[in-house]
Amino acid sequence: MIELKNISKSFGKTQALRDVSLSLSAGKCIGLIGPNACGKTTMIKSILSMVVPDHGTIYFNGKNIHKEVQYKNDIGYMPQIGRYPENMSIKQVINMIRDIRGFSGVEDTELYDAFGLEHFDGKKMRTLSGGTTQKVSATIAFLFNPSVLILDEPTAGLDPLSSEILRDKIIKEREKGKLILITSHLLSELDDMLTDIIFMQESEVIFNKTITALFEETNESRVSKAISKLLKNIK
Amino acid sequence: MRGITKFVIMDILKNRIILIYTLILCVFSWSIFSLEDNTSKGIMSLLNIILLTVPLVSIIFGNIYMYNSAEFIELLVSQPVKRSAIWSSLFLGLTLALNTSFFIGIGLPVLLFVPSMTGFTVIFSGLLITTIFVSIAMLCAILMRDKARGIGLSIMIWLFLSLIYDGLVLFFMFQYADYPIEKPMAILAAFNPIDLARIQVLLQVDVAVLMGYTGAIFKKMFGTSIGLMVSLFIMFLWIMLPYLLSLRLFNKKDL
Repeated sequence: MIELKNISKSFGKTQALRDVSLSLSAGKCIGLIGPNACGKTTMIKSILSMVVPDHGTIYFNGKNIHKEVQYKNDIGYMPQIGRYPENMSIKQVINMIRDIRGFSGVEDTELYDAFGLEHFDGKKMRTLSGGTTQKVSATIAFLFNPSVLILDEPTAGLDPLSSEILRDKIIKEREKGKLILITSHLLSELDDMLTDIIFMQESEVIFNKTITALFEETNESRVSKAISKLLKNIK
Repeated sequence: MRGITKFVIMDILKNRIILIYTLILCVFSWSIFSLEDNTSKGIMSLLNIILLTVPLVSIIFGNIYMYNSAEFIELLVSQPVKRSAIWSSLFLGLTLALNTSFFIGIGLPVLLFVPSMTGFTVIFSGLLITTIFVSIAMLCAILMRDKARGIGLSIMIWLFLSLIYDGLVLFFMFQYADYPIEKPMAILAAFNPIDLARIQVLLQVDVAVLMGYTGAIFKKMFGTSIGLMVSLFIMFLWIMLPYLLSLRLFNKKDL
C-alpha cells in the first residue's frame, strides 16, 4: 500500500533518514519504534510530504506521491504535537477540515463521542490542555474513515481512560483491514495492538519483522522484552 | 482554494487591527480634504502619507500574519491540499483584506473629493503598493524561520525603499551634479515601486512642470503611454517576483 524506496533526508548536517526502504501493506498494524531522534517522525512526515526527501521515492497504492495531494484523502494523521490555529474553536477546526476534504461519506464520530468533545467544541484551541488537543487530533485522524492511519505517539499525554478508548479504536480499525502505523515509546502499550514491528536506529531501519516471528526468535511473549533481547543479540 | 481564502479573510477581519487601519486611513483622508480647499495640494499631502504608512502597515501586518499562520499552514499541509493553493490563498486573503481597507479608507474619500484621473491614479498606486508589500512580506516570512528576524528584515526593506533609497539617489545626484544625470536618475527611480507610484501621481497633478528639466525628463519617460505601461510592468514584477520566489521556497519547505 505504501512503499518507500531509498529515502534519504538530512536537515543541514544531521542525517534524519539514511537510505530507508520499506513496504507497508494493508491490514497490518505496524509499530515504528526506536530511540529519540532516530528519524521516525521524519519518515512519517515524508509519507505525508510535509517533509520533502532529498533522495528516493514514495509510492502510495503504486503511485508516486511527489507533487500529489489526492492520496492524502486516504490518510488520517495524528501528529505528535498537534498545532492548531489558536483562535479557532474545536468545531471550526473540524468544519474547516471537513470543507477542505469535501468528504461525502459517513463520518466516524465514535472517538468524538467517546472523548465527550461535544462538551467543549466551542472552546478555542489555545485554551485546551495538551491532552484535549491530543483528543482533537485523534478525532480528526479517524473522522473521515481513511484506509491508512498514521499515529505519531498517539497515547502520549492522554489519561489512562482515554488511552484505553483510543487503543480499542485502533484495534477495531485494524480488524477492518486498514493499515495502521504507530510510533511509540511505551512498548508495554503496544502488546496486543501490533502485527508488525519496525525498529529504527540512527536514521536506519534495523529490522522489520512480524510480531509472531519476533516472539519465536526470542522466546518471549512481551514486545518490550523481545526487543531488548533482540537488540542485545544484534550487538 | 476558495474555502481557504474565505477562511483567511474571515480570520483577518476578526483581528481588529485591520479595522483600526481602515479607520486611521479614513481620518487621514477626511481631515486632509476638509482642511485643504485646493484638492491638488490635498492630494499631494495625502500621497506623502500614503507612501509612508501603506507600505509599512502592509509589510508588517502581512509578515506577522504569516508567522501567526504557521500552525494553520502545518495543519493544511497534512491534509489533501496543494501547497500552492495554501500559499496563494494566504496571499489572496491578505491582499484582498488590506486592499479593501485601503479602498474604504482612502479610495472612497478620494473618489468623492477628486473624481479625476489624478484621484484614480492615487487609488490605483495605493492598491498596487499594498499588493507589492504583502508579496515582499511573504518572502521575508519564508526566508527567515525566526519571527524576530523576519520582522526585522521587513522593517529594513521598508526603511530602505521608502527612505534610504531616495537618500542614495539624492547623494548620487549631488555627487554628479555637473553631469547630465537626469536620465540615469529617472531609471534609478523606476526600480523603486514607491518612487514609481509617486512619479505617476506627480505627473498627473502637473507639478512636474515646476521641477524644471528633471520634471521634463520624467514627463518624457513616464508620462507617455509607453512610460505608463513600463511603470505598470515594473510594479507587476514587484508583485510577481517576490511572490513566485516565496512560493518556490514554500514548496520545498519542511514542516
